[in-house]
Amino acid sequence: MNKLLTARNGFVAVLVAFLLALPLYTAMTGNSFLLTLFTRILILAMAATSLNLIMGFGGMVSFGHAAYLGVGGYVVGILAYEGVSSGFLQWPLAIAVSALFALVIGALSLRTRGVYFIMITLAFAQMIYYVGVSLNRYGADDGLTIQRRSQFAGLLDLSNRTIFYYVCLALLFGTIYLVWRLINSRFGLVIQGARSNDRRMRSIGFPAFRYRLVCFVIAGAMCGLAGVLLANFTNFISPAMMHWTRSGDLIVMVVLGGMGSVFGPAIGAIALLLLEESLSRFTEYWQIILGPLLLAVVLFARGGIDGVLARIGRG
Amino acid sequence: MLLFIEQCLNGLQFGLLLFLLAAGLTLVFGIMDLVNLAHGSLYMLGAYFAATFAALTDSFLLGILLGLAATLVVGMTVEVVALRRLYGRDHLDHVLGTFGLILFFNEVVRFFWGPAGLNLPLPSWLNRSIEVLPGVPYSAYRFSIIVVALVVAFLLYVVVMRTRIGMLIRAGASNREMVSALGVNIQLLYTLVFGLGAALAGLAGIMQAPILTAQIGMGENILILAFVVIIIGGIGSIRGALVASMFVGLVDTVGRAFLPDLLKLFLTPAAASTAGPALSSMLIYVLMAIVLVVRPEGLFPAARR
Repeated sequence: MNKLLTARNGFVAVLVAFLLALPLYTAMTGNSFLLTLFTRILILAMAATSLNLIMGFGGMVSFGHAAYLGVGGYVVGILAYEGVSSGFLQWPLAIAVSALFALVIGALSLRTRGVYFIMITLAFAQMIYYVGVSLNRYGADDGLTIQRRSQFAGLLDLSNRTIFYYVCLALLFGTIYLVWRLINSRFGLVIQGARSNDRRMRSIGFPAFRYRLVCFVIAGAMCGLAGVLLANFTNFISPAMMHWTRSGDLIVMVVLGGMGSVFGPAIGAIALLLLEESLSRFTEYWQIILGPLLLAVVLFARGGIDGVLARIGRG
Repeated sequence: MLLFIEQCLNGLQFGLLLFLLAAGLTLVFGIMDLVNLAHGSLYMLGAYFAATFAALTDSFLLGILLGLAATLVVGMTVEVVALRRLYGRDHLDHVLGTFGLILFFNEVVRFFWGPAGLNLPLPSWLNRSIEVLPGVPYSAYRFSIIVVALVVAFLLYVVVMRTRIGMLIRAGASNREMVSALGVNIQLLYTLVFGLGAALAGLAGIMQAPILTAQIGMGENILILAFVVIIIGGIGSIRGALVASMFVGLVDTVGRAFLPDLLKLFLTPAAASTAGPALSSMLIYVLMAIVLVVRPEGLFPAARR
C-alpha cells in the first residue's frame, strides 16, 4: 500500500510545482498577466484557508469573514496614509487589530448556533462595512489609494512583482502548514471534538467555548494578514473589500474546494477564480454558466473538488 | 411632528414590504429547512416581469397580476428542477447552490433586459397624495402598499392556520415522513409552498418597483434585511416575521431620518454628519446582534420539534 501516491497528493504536488514555477514563465515570456492573476488568487486562497479553519474543522460557518480582509487592509491603508509605511509596524498591527475584532465578534457570536451564527457574523461584518463607508477621512465609499507598498527596510521590495508573488506564496504555504499543525494538535482535536459533540467535550472537562473562541481569533488574524496582502497588491482599500458578497465568495471557495480538507480551500480559490477569468473571456454573460455550474457541484460532487479527488484515489 | 408621522408611515410601509419577503423566506426555511439566498432574485424577477407586462398590456393592474403569475411559475420551476434535490442536505450546500442561482438570475436579467434599470410608472389614481389622518397628507401609493401587505398578511395567517392545506403544511414541517405515509403528496405540497414564497417575494419586488426602479442586484441588498428580520423574529415563525419586520422597518427608516439630528445634540456638527449615516445604516445590525446575544433563537422561536 503506497499511501503517498494518491490522485489527491499527485494533484497537489503538480499544483505546488506549477505555483513555484509560474514566475519563471513570466520571466521567459514577459507576460505578467498570469502572475498578477495568481497573486490575487493566492491572497484569496489564504483568506479561504483561514475560513476553513473555523468552518471546516470547527463547524463555525462565518458569513462575515471578509470583514477581516477589510480590517487588515484598512490598517495598512490608514497607516500608509498617515505616513507610516514600515511593514514591520503595519503588518503586526494589522494582524493584532484583526485578532482583536475577531475576539470581540467571536465572544458575542459564539453564544449562538447554526443559522443564527451565520447571520450574526454577517451582521457584525455589515457593521464594519458601514464603518468603512463612513470613514470620510479615508475615502469613505470611494476608497483610498495607497501610495507606497509596505517597506521592509530594503530587505524585501514588495513593489517587485515576482518578490511580491513569492511572499504571497510563502505566506499561503505558511498558513496551510499552520492550519495542518493546528488541527493535528491537541487543540485541533478539541475543536473538532466540539464540532461533533459539544456537550460531550464539555462534560469531559474541556471549556469548548474558549477553545472555539481562540480558533475564531486565529482565523481572524490569518485573514487579516491576507487583507494586508490584498491592500498591498491592489494599492487600494475600499469598503468593497468587505462587502458581504466577498464573504459569500470565500464560503463558495471553501465548499467548492472541499471543506475540512487542508488543501481544499486553496484548490477551491484557484478553481473559482480561474473559472471566472476564463468564462469571462468566452462570453460577457459568463455568470449564466458559472451559476448553474456551482449548483451542479453542490448536487453531484459532494465534498467539493477535494472530495472528488479522494474518490478517484479510492477507485 | 408631521415629518415624524410621515417617517413612521414610511417605516411601516418598508417594514411590511420586508414582511412579504421575510414571510416567504421563513416559510421555506421553517418548513423545508432550506436556506434560499436566491429569494432576492425572485423579488427582482417580480419587479422586471411586472414592469414588462405593464408596458406590454398598458395596464398597471394587469401587469402586476401577470408579473405575479410569472414569478410563481419561475419559483415552482426552480424548485422542481434544482432546489428539490437540496432538501435534507447541509445548509452550506444550500448557500453554495442558491448563490449560484443568484449569479444565474442576475445574468439572465442582464441578458434579456440589459444593464439599465426598468421603470414601472404609476397610474394617475395612485400617483397622488391622500389625507390618511386629518391634516396628514401621504402618498397614495405607499399607503396602498401598507393596505395590500396587511391584507396579504391576514390571508397568509388564514391559509396557514385555518385551512386544510395550511394544516398539511404545518404537519409537513413537523414530520415529513409521517405526512407522506398518510397519503399526502408532500413533494407537490413543498412545490406549492415554494411557489407561494416566490409569489410573495415577487409581490414585494413589484410593489417596490415604482418607488425605486427595477435593477439588477436589487434583491441582494434587501435579502440581507429579510434575513435579519427572520433571525430577529425567530426562524419559521410568521408572527415573529411580522413583528420583526415592522420593528426593523421603523428602526431603519426613523433612524435614518432622525439619528443625524439627534447626534448633533451630543457631537460637533462635523462629527455628527459623519457618524449619523453610518450609525443609522448599522442600527438594524446592532439591533440584531443585541437580540441574538440576549435571545440566541430570536424573539419568537418556533415550537421545538
